[in-house]
Amino acid sequence: MDVTVTETVFEFNQHEKAEIDIWVAQYPLEQKRSAVIPALHIAQKANGGWLSEAAMKAVADYLGLPQIQVFEVATFYSMFELAPVGKHKLCVCTNVACLLNGSDDIVAHLKKRLKIGLGETTADKQFTLKEVECLGACVNAPVLQLGEEYHEKLTPEKVDALLAGLE
Amino acid sequence: MIAVDQICFRANHLPEPWTLKTYESLGGYAVWRDILKNKTDPTLLLEQIKNSFLRGRGGAGFPTGLKWSFISRNSPGQKYVVCNSDEGEPGTCKDRDILRYNPHQLIEGMAIAGYVMGATVGYNYIRGEFNEPINRFHDALKEAYAAGLLGNNILNAGFNFDLYHHIGAGAYICGEETALLESLEGKRGNPRFKPPFPASYGLYGCPTTINNTETFASVPVILEKGSDWFLEMGKPKNGGMKIFSVSGHVNRPGNFEVPLGLPFKDLLEMAGGVRNGYRLKAVIPGGSSAPLLPADIMMDLDMDFDSLAHAGSMLGSGAVIIMDETTCMVKVLARIAHFYFEESCGQCTPCREGTGWMSRILHRILHGQGRKEHLTLLDNVAQNIMGRTICALGDAAAMPVQSFIKHFRSEFEYHIEHGACNLGGQQHD
Repeated sequence: MDVTVTETVFEFNQHEKAEIDIWVAQYPLEQKRSAVIPALHIAQKANGGWLSEAAMKAVADYLGLPQIQVFEVATFYSMFELAPVGKHKLCVCTNVACLLNGSDDIVAHLKKRLKIGLGETTADKQFTLKEVECLGACVNAPVLQLGEEYHEKLTPEKVDALLAGLE
Repeated sequence: MIAVDQICFRANHLPEPWTLKTYESLGGYAVWRDILKNKTDPTLLLEQIKNSFLRGRGGAGFPTGLKWSFISRNSPGQKYVVCNSDEGEPGTCKDRDILRYNPHQLIEGMAIAGYVMGATVGYNYIRGEFNEPINRFHDALKEAYAAGLLGNNILNAGFNFDLYHHIGAGAYICGEETALLESLEGKRGNPRFKPPFPASYGLYGCPTTINNTETFASVPVILEKGSDWFLEMGKPKNGGMKIFSVSGHVNRPGNFEVPLGLPFKDLLEMAGGVRNGYRLKAVIPGGSSAPLLPADIMMDLDMDFDSLAHAGSMLGSGAVIIMDETTCMVKVLARIAHFYFEESCGQCTPCREGTGWMSRILHRILHGQGRKEHLTLLDNVAQNIMGRTICALGDAAAMPVQSFIKHFRSEFEYHIEHGACNLGGQQHD
């Protein structure tokens, strides 16, 4: 597994544990494993946007699962990051509807502005630029996701305004 | 005048359409209340769904009533209803708007499905990226519980139905129903071998019915207005309205809820026609997995399951991707092939390896390194994937490759021969 281990300590706080408990409660008693994806989302958020080995182990411990069952899920789903990311993660869709509506220009503009390539993080750890598959907002292409928000019908000017709001 | 927005989008014109108050102002939950009050015979409800010819809106178009009939209401043990809101078929963005603007109708549809099949628990699996839709659906659940429309002994009728949301984390394959169940159980999204089908061995090994968001959300309106009303809106064996997500090279891209069987040219007109006065070149009529059709065939077609199947493509999820004459077909196909390579779960060798082969070959052709034998090789790889995998992702990866080359072979040959695009003679970046 391609994991950069730079943090060895991770603990859920009471609030995060309570959040996981709400998820656990909606599955049958013997099916706590069903909460692994929601718990990994909570862990990733608490850990600055990525899953360290310690964070994944904390999910396994809290849900009472073998660690492998958490690692195999964390490595399968594209929203989970296994290495540190920037403070702002820009996920740009380049799939067919976005491609037809100029996502190439959006990617080129972001690369130029941030001076990084796809899959890279700026030296100051502020921005990560990631190419993603269809985000499911195709009639408003081109689209990117920043944090939890979608930004739609993008133009280079809109990208500039978005970045200006973050700097 | 073409009738629009009468089923899933019926609340969209109202302020805050996602609230319980707005939904009830349209008669929402009246069907659910009526069923519980009169303890309606579930077989009568099932008959109505069958007669309406509602077909699954997620892509396969399987008759919903028939699917529901596979689960016996009186069989013992836990049963589940699961909604597939893992919308990710490229071009498709309709379920997002149902979740955002009409979540209560989905809740009502799922509750009715639970009643018909004797399932007391339901889950709605929503893709993890959909924060706004997740929150809208979750808020609607809280409202429905507070109003006593879900939970134990609902409206004192002696029926229990608990409904929850579940979130994904970025995996197209989880839109495949058995991969979705694996994911809901907290595992990697590897599709299961079928049979057994979910109706006998589904979530946690229990009988389970899985339907798409739009399918469940259509149910309350069918029962309210009658199966004949619904069926007559569409064409024989193609009942009702369908939401089409029209994207790509059109002036007014958008989601359009229109009668099934609407001529494609009318749908194109509703979307404002091809952008900037360009000519239409080709259309993917049902999401990226559906075979591409050239303009001359599309312009004579109606948008329903049977017409598109007859023309060699499929209605799929209703994602209509429009390409004008400036579109490089090699570039589009290379992107689509890359998508399937990225999203293959990897458990079947033909798909895991084949999608990589197709993606790499198309990348080479696109970037001026194509060889004469590449088109034969692409066809060979595609044929060796088709029908040789556990789930339909393999076929979905192969069909675009075959259809693009079939209809636009000369463009691929030009790229291979000249190492550049025939549209402007440029090399691609």
